[in-house]
Amino acid sequence: MNKASLECRHISLSYGSTPVLRDINLKIEPGEFFALLGPSGSGKSTLLRLIAGFNQHQRGELLVDGQDISGVPPHLRQIGMVFQNYALWPHMTVWDNVAFGLVERRESRDAIGGKVGAALDLVGLGDYARRRPAQLSGGQQQRVALARTIVIEPKLLLLDEPLSNLDKNLRVQMREELKNLQRTLGLTTIFVTHDQEEAMTTADRMAVLDQGILQQVGSAAELYDYPQNRFVAGFVGTANLLDGQVTAVDAGGLDFEVHRLGALRLPPPAEPLASGAATLALRPHQVSIVAPQDATDALRLWLDGQVESAEFLGEFSRYRVRVGELALLSDQPHFAGVPLFAPGAPVRLGIDPRQLRLLTA
Amino acid sequence: MTASTVSPGSPASPGTPRALAGPRIGLGAWLAFGLILAFLLLFLIVPVGTVIYTAFVNETGSLTVGHFANFFGQLVFRESFFNSLGVALASTLFASIIAVPLAYLTVRFEFRGAVLIQTLGVLPLIMPPFVGAVALQLIFGRSGSVNLLLDDWLGFTIPIMDGLVGVTFVESIHYFPFILLNLVAAMRNIDGAMEESALNLGARGWRLFRRVIFPLAMPGYLAGAALVFVKVFDDLGTPLVMGVTNMLAPQAYLRITSVGVDDPLGYVISVIMIGFSILALWLAARVMKGRDYATLQKGGGALQKRRLSAWESVLAYGWIALVLAVTLAPHVGILLMSFAQVWSFSVLPDAYTLAHYATVFGDASGMIGNTLLYCVLAAGLDVVLGTAIAYLILRTRLPARQWLDWLASAALAIPGLVLAIGYLRLFKGVHVPFTDKLVIHSWVLIMLAYAVRRLPYALRSCMAALQQVHVSLEEAAQSLGASRLSSIRRVVVPLMAGGILAGFVTSFITAAVELSATLLLVSTESQAPMSLGIYLYMQSIAGRGPGAALGVLAVVVVGLGTYFSHRFVERSRVTTSTSTKAGA
Repeated sequence: MNKASLECRHISLSYGSTPVLRDINLKIEPGEFFALLGPSGSGKSTLLRLIAGFNQHQRGELLVDGQDISGVPPHLRQIGMVFQNYALWPHMTVWDNVAFGLVERRESRDAIGGKVGAALDLVGLGDYARRRPAQLSGGQQQRVALARTIVIEPKLLLLDEPLSNLDKNLRVQMREELKNLQRTLGLTTIFVTHDQEEAMTTADRMAVLDQGILQQVGSAAELYDYPQNRFVAGFVGTANLLDGQVTAVDAGGLDFEVHRLGALRLPPPAEPLASGAATLALRPHQVSIVAPQDATDALRLWLDGQVESAEFLGEFSRYRVRVGELALLSDQPHFAGVPLFAPGAPVRLGIDPRQLRLLTA
Repeated sequence: MTASTVSPGSPASPGTPRALAGPRIGLGAWLAFGLILAFLLLFLIVPVGTVIYTAFVNETGSLTVGHFANFFGQLVFRESFFNSLGVALASTLFASIIAVPLAYLTVRFEFRGAVLIQTLGVLPLIMPPFVGAVALQLIFGRSGSVNLLLDDWLGFTIPIMDGLVGVTFVESIHYFPFILLNLVAAMRNIDGAMEESALNLGARGWRLFRRVIFPLAMPGYLAGAALVFVKVFDDLGTPLVMGVTNMLAPQAYLRITSVGVDDPLGYVISVIMIGFSILALWLAARVMKGRDYATLQKGGGALQKRRLSAWESVLAYGWIALVLAVTLAPHVGILLMSFAQVWSFSVLPDAYTLAHYATVFGDASGMIGNTLLYCVLAAGLDVVLGTAIAYLILRTRLPARQWLDWLASAALAIPGLVLAIGYLRLFKGVHVPFTDKLVIHSWVLIMLAYAVRRLPYALRSCMAALQQVHVSLEEAAQSLGASRLSSIRRVVVPLMAGGILAGFVTSFITAAVELSATLLLVSTESQAPMSLGIYLYMQSIAGRGPGAALGVLAVVVVGLGTYFSHRFVERSRVTTSTSTKAGA
């Protein structure tokens, strides 16, 4: 089976004077399941279409197994793409749809028959060969689109928002199937999504894009625990972001002045840090919440506040707490019989300085 | 700054502008572009340019406006000019008066008459106007059925078929469907919420129609009205058949055929006709600019339909019955005429016969064959060109691709008469390559004139069809290894098939009844198609029977064609709806 690597070197693309991709550098390993994650307009779909050959970058190199394929037209790239709307041809049967690429390759009738049958069996649609795409459900259409693409044994498999057209339950099921299929085939797979949960649960590694700029690349845990900037911290998972100034750094720790809140004494940073503007990121579940009269430990920093709103989500409750002029989110695990804090109730928030992440970008 | 809590999961939307299918422009695209451009230049732009040029030069070849001064200096031409303008404006007005209530009725009310109106919309179009004119003469003419009855019973007659009034009457009846169809389409696209919010804010009844619904449907109305104006202004067959010669098109025809192809006044008239056609289309486009309100939202409903009250029903059905009776008159008339042995000064024919059909099949089978030959080739050429232009415009980034659209659509503003004059002038004395036959004596030129004149319709049809085919369907083919050409052949064209066929049929049936270019370009009797045959037969009283029989055949052909083109469009809608559903 094909296992190709992909490398983007200094890729830039603009429509007219609007830059869409800016100096993208990215290396995807053979056999990897890789996600391009970003909000709409971030350039993730453009990047995917560029790899498929439907967009042309103005600068940079696009290498598959070390060879630059920049000028190669889409039909000669041997890169399979599954479209967001599946793009099944309504005038052909399922069988003809899947056989399309093999017919283009002038393969023998017998070879086509065997491969199409195998591909349809692989996605569990062996009995649907004679149907038309319009007679299939959304999930089945997606499988046909997958079969149609993998049957040509592409070097890379590209998936454009593969799950966005499915309803929630089907999405979770398809997610599992996609993952298994990718493991079975070992195909280097790149998929585009705006859904961080989808990316985190499915991909080996992912790249976060915003405004055409590659923000960070890494595994789900790396991005979640060690975001490199404000955008990644906010986009991958939920985060409290506190803007402020690093006022002093010494051997024992550093002083961080949060706007409209006050100074916090934090442990020394892992990497050398200069004074200046920075952002403090902390996850809601890292903020503990107690009643004002409860005992507090010295390990944490404690802030007094007032509950603004409470959302009961089952596994946990999410509080929005006003501290001075700021609002912080705090997630508390829920246990039966434990009452929730009511809106308006005075509370204390505890922050573990070791869990904080100071962002300078 | 407050601590921001960013939660991801914004709804999916194609944020970046979708790039068109291919990253680079292939050699094939340039080649197709060049060929189409060459065709349009040779058979549309240069001939029409020649006509315009000729109108502005004198014998010595220097530029002059003297011909125009000469034109407006002569009473007969001034009169012709104002007659044409008046008839065109009046016809547009009367066509609107017929069409607007009908359109409103179909869209707003729930009643069985809607089907009748649908039929009304097509019936007049399937009969060539100059055939209708002859038939209407028999029914509404000075000694036609209606006036004979009126005279008998009430002692007076209505001279509705005389002179300019007659031309206006025939043209209004023939062309009102253009307004009806466009207006209905526009009103169907209005979101019901537009009306509901107006109702909610207190607008009702006539004010609601005047302030909200009609303005929203205005683009459709204007498109239809401009088309009616242009068609009437340029029409040659109807005035000729009715014996009205003091209008522009007949004057141009008479100058060119009697004085000769070098007479400058024929060219001056041509330029005036082109000028007014362009002006009308330009005005409509200008008024509509930026107002193409397709307000129907996703998931939104169309305008609410309500039931008619008893009184309203009487009015509505009365109006429909009246229009239907008048619209059907030419069809009934022509049918009776084709079976009539003698029909003169009587309400109905005195005796019936099948002899006219025998005559037609005996004498005129060549004409039927010619019509099929010219029109199949012309319509075929149109859809090939239409598909190619649509593809170049919608799916490539050729720098000047929009020109092709403009050039091809310019044919809308060129009367058949003018195009024919241009051909005669441009190809005068030119021989068909490798033969000693003159180009202007070849039937191919007739076919090309048909093709050029019908190209805008075929092009619209092909563009609409291609717009229905989502780009990803083609990109999927390419990513699976199909070259550009292969993906067009295996995916794009099959999915466009319905629209292409509809375009073919529209071109075919309208070419089959084209008279103005035919009159000038047919050089020998053996080249004559049905439309010319009908015209020639109708010239003599004795020929009216066979002429009518040929007319009935033409109506049947055109009617069947229209029916099938509707079927094709419906079917293609069914197939493509599956692909758009997936694209939602």
